[in-house]
Parts: sequence; structure tokens; C-alpha cells
Amino acid sequence: MSAPSKVDKVLENYSFAKRDKLIPILQDVQAAEGFISKPAALKVAKHLNIPASKVYGVATFYNQFRFKPVGKHHVMICRGTACHVKGSAAVLKMCEEVLGIKAGDTSRDGLFSIEVVSCIGACGLAPVISINGEFHAKVTADKLRKLVEDLRKAENSNGK
Amino acid sequence: MANNDILDRNLSGLTPSARRDFLTRVFGSEDYAAKAAALRREALTRPVIYVGAGTCGLAAGAAKTLEAARKYLKDNKLEADILEVGCIGLCAAEPLLDVQLPGHARVGFQRASGDTVPALLDSVFKAKAPLKDYLLGQFEDGGKKWPKVPLLSEHPFFSKQLRFVLKHVGLVDPLSIQEHIARGGYGAFLKVIHTMTPAQACDAVEASGLRGRGGGGFPTGKKWKIALASDADQKYIVCNADEGDPGAFMDRSVIEGDPHRVLEGIAIGAYAIHASKAYIYIRAEYPLAIQNLKKAIVDAKAYGLLGENIYGSGFDLDVIIKMGAGAFVCGEETALMNSIEGRRGMPKPRPPYPAVKGLFGKPTVINNVETFANVPEILSQGPAAFAAIGTKGSKGTKVFALSGKVNRTGLVEIPMGTTLKEIVFDIGGGIEGGLGFKAVQIGGPSGGCIPMSHMAIQVDYESLKTVGAMMGSGGLVVMDETTCMVDVAKYFMDFIKRESCGKCIPCREGTLRMLEILKAITRHRRGEKDADALARFSGIMNLENLSQVIRETSLCGLGQSAPNPVLSTLRWFRDEYEAHIFERKCPAGACTEMLEFSIDAGKCKGCTLCMKGCPTQAIVGKPKVPHYIRTEKCISCGSCKTVCKFKAVAAA
Repeated sequence: MSAPSKVDKVLENYSFAKRDKLIPILQDVQAAEGFISKPAALKVAKHLNIPASKVYGVATFYNQFRFKPVGKHHVMICRGTACHVKGSAAVLKMCEEVLGIKAGDTSRDGLFSIEVVSCIGACGLAPVISINGEFHAKVTADKLRKLVEDLRKAENSNGK
Repeated sequence: MANNDILDRNLSGLTPSARRDFLTRVFGSEDYAAKAAALRREALTRPVIYVGAGTCGLAAGAAKTLEAARKYLKDNKLEADILEVGCIGLCAAEPLLDVQLPGHARVGFQRASGDTVPALLDSVFKAKAPLKDYLLGQFEDGGKKWPKVPLLSEHPFFSKQLRFVLKHVGLVDPLSIQEHIARGGYGAFLKVIHTMTPAQACDAVEASGLRGRGGGGFPTGKKWKIALASDADQKYIVCNADEGDPGAFMDRSVIEGDPHRVLEGIAIGAYAIHASKAYIYIRAEYPLAIQNLKKAIVDAKAYGLLGENIYGSGFDLDVIIKMGAGAFVCGEETALMNSIEGRRGMPKPRPPYPAVKGLFGKPTVINNVETFANVPEILSQGPAAFAAIGTKGSKGTKVFALSGKVNRTGLVEIPMGTTLKEIVFDIGGGIEGGLGFKAVQIGGPSGGCIPMSHMAIQVDYESLKTVGAMMGSGGLVVMDETTCMVDVAKYFMDFIKRESCGKCIPCREGTLRMLEILKAITRHRRGEKDADALARFSGIMNLENLSQVIRETSLCGLGQSAPNPVLSTLRWFRDEYEAHIFERKCPAGACTEMLEFSIDAGKCKGCTLCMKGCPTQAIVGKPKVPHYIRTEKCISCGSCKTVCKFKAVAAA
């Protein structure tokens, strides 16, 4: 299995680490693996010599950590106040409809996932979304549908 | 003719030989005067193109603008420097592109998307007459003024601003420590460590009247003094850049556009309280800010401005970046410290205050990014200059992130005492699309909404409290007549419910109950059972009482202020709640569940599209005959309205 070796590599950078390194380690593990898997969490617990329950306690507390892999195309929808006032609820609804999954889930084919974030910090251009780290400003439900459908088309033609 | 007054003034604390040594080290030669002037771009030898490439600029397409500018230079065989600067603040007009030709004033363009770049650059490089349609304005200095080009400082967005913290944001190269020093940066820090004792530094900050910009408004100098007076072998200073408040992006812009100013403020604070370790707790959602900050720390270390025995003063400072993992409650200082220690970000009871017993049990000072960004300027210009700005109890300026339904969204910095009306209508240019103004939400989830009747209120810590709002960190979201205030309250309760850490029962359970009550108010009543109606009504009766209990019995600021969105909307917009409850209507038309859908028989062509899509089979009709909606079956999902090609479905 190749997955655990990535975690080992992360832990190598944190030799003799103490409890205060728990969050940075989890962040690095997630960056390497895309999410926090059960074996990874156990390894981190062993490395820091703390119970696995504490690792999960911290990991589940923060919004950043995921326990499921994300899709190939990760859609982040900002639900900040400015985005809400400008209609991000409709954008989110459209996204859930077009992809057929709920926020926080990954589609069964592993292509798409939706994440709701509390604020991306580009409120002047609300509503804002980010697809694979690329920001899109002043998004409407129609614009989002087009973005997602374009991605899906590209995927379909790649598959053939 | 290099004018180095700024260097002389800002480095006045150093002996002439120490000053020479420092500048020689930074600029790499004894002839630092000319080098510094060149870095300030006072006299250019080749043109410079500036592109606003903050997170907001990139979202608006600055990457394409940059690419187009590079291509233009290559195609036309022109020599010019391209600089990626932070955000000057006018987000609504992004992407922004400025051009400065040698001997000419810098001229700024708005909406400079990739395909308009060649035309814009042609107008400057070739026609020597900046294209009017995209013109934003020209800068004061830098050389000869362009004819018939308005000054940027006279643009309505900028004319009422006083840029103190944002002085360099969007104008300078955020990644160049040399440019920062050429503009007087780190002068205040060197002056403090060479000529002042920590107590004197605390005194100066106290005398300036600077208060915490994170929301609470505790006097910064006083906080520092408490920490200075605490005796310990190790002390910490923490910069709170966990800007979790949705609708706020001041800290992100300041760090992205001028990271060294923040770093210098932290260094001064560390010296003032005898801390040798500084943490910057920053949101992981701000990758660009983190990247710029990391570079700034590396550069400052390379020039000996951080590290051990800084410029022979015997003062050591190590700065560590801690990435937050996404929890609104970590903006609360005791929760933030728990998070740095690698625990769940839950608040602790105070006292003991962090200034006495904080991070790892040691005295700790926690200040917000904007607070730190004010510090260098206070010490280089003197506390009196700072205290001259603002109102009696609130000194200096405040940065606001203006967003929502306003024409000119962006980052604005105004002297304390400016009215909200001036911010929204003069600086912000009024409401988008000519709609009516309803309210402005200030202070994020802990703040409140302010109606038109109180827009003449001055921005300062005390006056905002009188109308049930608070200064907060600086989010300012404008709402128009199509925004439903009950929906806004519901939105904030949903946010707080998710972000409640779960430690205190009133906050954990109470916010959930409040959200349920608000949901019940905005729900449709079709097929409602008697028990549900009763539950809804008892909820409404208890809403205010519940708010009071949560406010009085929660441990931390998040819980104590959790009911604010509901209380402030109830205070100013009770009629909207009543319309939802008694008339079962949402006056703004925002609560879709309350809408009643009907089909205009004159417009309907009987295409059956809506009928097929209706999830509850509420639409009846035959092909080519106008359809009809049975309201008792309709769940107001709006799918018929979305699919109708003839705009025959109306909602009211």
C-alpha cells in the first residue's frame, strides 16, 4: 500500500514533536493524502504518543479536516455574509442539483466534490467560488452550471 | 536629487554610523541614497506596469491581465518591469492595472481584463493619451502629470479615505524588503530597540490611544503593560490573523499587500513586552497571504531584523507561522491559544487573562493584524500625530471591508468619526442597480444591522454600541430592499450554530433552538399539523427570552454575542418578522418557501415542461393548454419558474 508511506514521510519532518505540532502534522497529512484516513490518524497518535481519541477530537473540531477523499474537481462555495446577500444559496443549490451530491460529499465516480467554506475573503467580488483552487468571481447559478458542465464534458471526452 | 528625508527621519534613532551600516547592508552599497530613491520609483529609467494581484484581483482575472501585459511587451519589443502588487482596495473595478512611464505620473486603469490590456497599454506607450473609458486616475507623485486625467485621490472612492494602515497596500511590491526599507520601513523598530526601553514603548502606544482593532477595542498599550509587568522566563506575542468573520477581508489584504508592516508591528510589540517568540495565527484559507508572510520573515531574518541579538540590542525574536484549521471561535484569544497548543479551540474562563497566564502558561499578548499594522506608524510619527486623528474615545483610522449590494465594493480606510452614510453612499457610491437601501451589517456574526434612520452615526467603538451593533473587525455588508432581514438573522444563526465550540450548553443548544425558531418563521404553512403550529408559536414567544439567557450565561465572546443578529434585526426590523408570522409573506421576496407561485394563463403556452419537472405533481394541465398550480400541493421549490421559457410563472 502506498498511502501510509506518504504519512511516514510527513512524520519524518516532525521528529521529537510535541502536542503543539498536532495540527500542522494533520494539515501536512491532509495535503499529502487529500484527507485524514484512519490508519494515518492512528500513526499520528502513535508518533505523538497521545491517544487516537485526542487526534480525532482535534481533527473533527476544525472545518479544514476531511475524512473522505475529495473528488478530482473540488468545488468550494463561499457562504460568507456578502456572498449570502448576493445569492450564494442559489449557487449552492444549483451545484448540488447539477452534481447530484450534497455539500461535503464526493460524487460516486470520484470526479466531483462540494465543500462549503465560511469565507474565502474576496467579498468585494461576491458570490465567489473556487474550483480546483482557481477562483471565480460574481458567480450566478447559471454561470456555475456552465462551469461544471464544461468540466464534465472535458472529462467525458477524455474518457473516450 | 534623491530625496532621502524619509530614511533620515525614520532612522533617526540610530547613530550615523549604525545607520550607514544598516543601509549599506540592506542596499548592498555605500551609495544607498540613489538605490533607495530608485526603489521608491521616484525617477524611473524604464517603464513599470503594476497589476493588482491580491486574492481578489486574481479572482477577477489578474492572472490573464499579467499574461497579456507580458505578451504585449514581448510583441512590441518594449522594455518594462511588471510588478505584482497587493490590492489598492477598489475590488469592484478589478482587475486593476497601473502604468508609470519614466518622467510621468503613475496612471491607473480599472476593469483591465486580459483582452483590453493591449488597448490600454497602447494608449499609454504609443498614443500617450490614457484610454478614457477604463481610466481610474493618476497618482500625485512620480513625475509629470498627464493632461486631462483626474487625480486618483479625487476619485469618490478615495477622496474621503485616510490611508494610514493601507498606506502602501496596492502601491508597493509586497515581496521586496528593500523597497519597504527604502520607504522608511523598519525605522520605527530600530528606533525603539536602540533608544527606548520596553516601558517607554508601551507608554507611547498607550499615549496614542490605539485600541484593539479585532473587535473588543481594549487599549493596546494597557494590554502590553500588563504583560510587561508579569514576571516570567518566557513570554509570547501572538498576531491574530484568523479572520474568520464572514464578510471581512481586511487582514488578508494588509498581509498580502504589506506584510513587512505587520511584521514590524509584531517585532515592536515583542520588544515592548520582552517576548522572544512571536506566533502569527493565520487562516489556512489565505494561501497567498501565508506565502507573502513567509517570504517576508525569511527576508527580515536575512537582513538581521529578526533572529538573535538584533543589531546589537541584545533583543532576540523568532517569528513562527501557525496555520489555523478553520474554526470561527479561534478568533477568541483563549481558544486561539488552545489551538496553537494543538488542542480543540475551546475558550477558557478569564481571569487569568492571557497577559498574565496565556500560551503554554506564560504571559501572552494577542493583537489583531490591523492593530499591529498601526504600531510602526505610531512610533515613527509619534503618538500625538496618531491621537490627533479620530474621535474622543476612538483614535486613528479603521479599515473596513465594504461588500454586499453596494456599487463600489472594496477595502476602505476612514478616520474614526466618519459616518456610515459617508462610507456607504459617498465612498461606496450607493446601492447597486438603483434599489432602495435597507441596512448595513457591521461587525460580522457578533455585530448588528443598522437601518437607514441611524446611518448618520459616527464610526467609533462607543457610538456603535448604542444602536446594538459593534465595531467588530471591520466587515461592512450592505443590504438592499431585496434582502430579507429574517433570512439574514437565520443565516447568521446557522453560522454560529455550526461554529459554536460546544463547551457551554446555552450557546450549543440555544443557538440551535434559535435557528429552529427562525426556520419555523420562514417556513411555508401548507399541511402544517396543529402541534407544529403550536411549537412554532411557543418558539416565537420565547425567542427574545432565549436570546437573553444565551447572552448572560455563555462563557466567551462568541456565545455572549450569539443572539446579536436576531436582537438587532428584531429591534429595527420587527415589522418584517411580523409580516412573516402574521401575513405569511416575506416582504423582500427572499424566503422562497413563503412565496406563492401561479401561472399567467396569458403567457403559458402549455409546453408541459414545468409539469414534468414538478416534484410534487402540483401542476395540472394538458399540452398546449395553459397550466394551473394547485397551491395546496406546491412546496414553493421554484423549479417551475426556473424552467419556464415564457416567463409565465409568477411568484408573490
